[in-house]
Amino acid sequence: MPARIRKLIVQVDETRVEMNHAVEPPTRRALAMAVIDNPYAGRYVENLDELIAIGEELGGLLGQKCVQALGIAPADAQSYGKAAIVGEAGELEHAAAILHPKLGAPLRQAVAKGAALVPSAKKRGGLGTAIDVPLGHKDAAFVRSHFDAMEARVSDAPRANEIVVAVVVTDSGRPLPRIGGLQVHEIKGEDGLR
Amino acid sequence: MIEIRRILTHVEEIHHEFGPVAPVPLRRGAIAVVLTNPFAGRYEPDIVPMMEALNPLGADMAQQLRAAMDVPVERIESYGKGAIVGSGGEQEHGALWHVPGGYAMRELLGWKGDRAAYARGEAEAKTGQPGNALSIVPSTKKVGGPGTALDVPLTHINAAYVRSHFDAIEVRVPGAPAWDEVVFILAMTTGARVHNRVGGLKASEIAKWDGLR
Repeated sequence: MPARIRKLIVQVDETRVEMNHAVEPPTRRALAMAVIDNPYAGRYVENLDELIAIGEELGGLLGQKCVQALGIAPADAQSYGKAAIVGEAGELEHAAAILHPKLGAPLRQAVAKGAALVPSAKKRGGLGTAIDVPLGHKDAAFVRSHFDAMEARVSDAPRANEIVVAVVVTDSGRPLPRIGGLQVHEIKGEDGLR
Repeated sequence: MIEIRRILTHVEEIHHEFGPVAPVPLRRGAIAVVLTNPFAGRYEPDIVPMMEALNPLGADMAQQLRAAMDVPVERIESYGKGAIVGSGGEQEHGALWHVPGGYAMRELLGWKGDRAAYARGEAEAKTGQPGNALSIVPSTKKVGGPGTALDVPLTHINAAYVRSHFDAIEVRVPGAPAWDEVVFILAMTTGARVHNRVGGLKASEIAKWDGLR
């Protein structure tokens, strides 16, 4: 069963000036969210395959929405992250089923490569609950300039029997990074770490 | 006078709200621009020059919002606008958005009226259907801290009394406005509430073309 989607939301957040300093080029982060039915709401189900399949579907859909909203070639994506908010009648494991087994592969396809782990967060919440989607460089998790987070929130979701699934893709790091660490130009991009 | 610090676009597609799935999903969009508030921290008696300076920004924002929504101008059916002023400013700074914000969208949507007459506080004569976007653009504003949410009211672009199109969209920029910032917002949608069914004037019944009915 494909995901039953109530709402799809896409946001682009562009920063041009931070602390009176021009950010050149501006940093841009795209967030795509889907509000879906939780097929397992209200009961304990041992096998979560349906949500795992939904994770795979949404990894592609939301990843592509982000890249499209940024108007970039997939290879120009720089960092990514994912998160889910499970409504009150669901359990944390439902978020895990969406996020961890199969969401990554189609997301990596949408951003061309993605050697690094996709950082993630999950929680149970009510309508309007915010989740900070953690971000890391897509090919090298240790790139310090790209550690960031983007707040995701849907004012009327999740209802008790819903799940909010969020993916963030950026074409940049933080606005004015200057705390050293591994730099983008030093990435090898083989082991996902450096 | 106009310094853009940040731009956030938000587009949502509503397929259903626990009723029948819409054959064409409702699309609603908002654009929020975070500007430096040049008047933060003091009482400035003459703020009108900024209203004038905001005109090009309003036009750009309306264009950008339509592009982000990825629909032709002809599909836009309702609109609204708003402002969130950071703690170093005052409500009146938000009011600067009334003319540049509203008319930017109305001109984009095919309004043929006289912006200068409105700016002078004069009414205009109306006959037949004088273009589109005849309704006043509903608005709201507040002073708030970073991440403050604003419920931006929405009404039909040609007749404010069209009941199916009364709506609101919550807009919020995480981290903004800082004390010396102001957030100006435009919002547009492609139609009525997804399961609208409380009667009243329908869009198909607009007849007076006076912006109301």
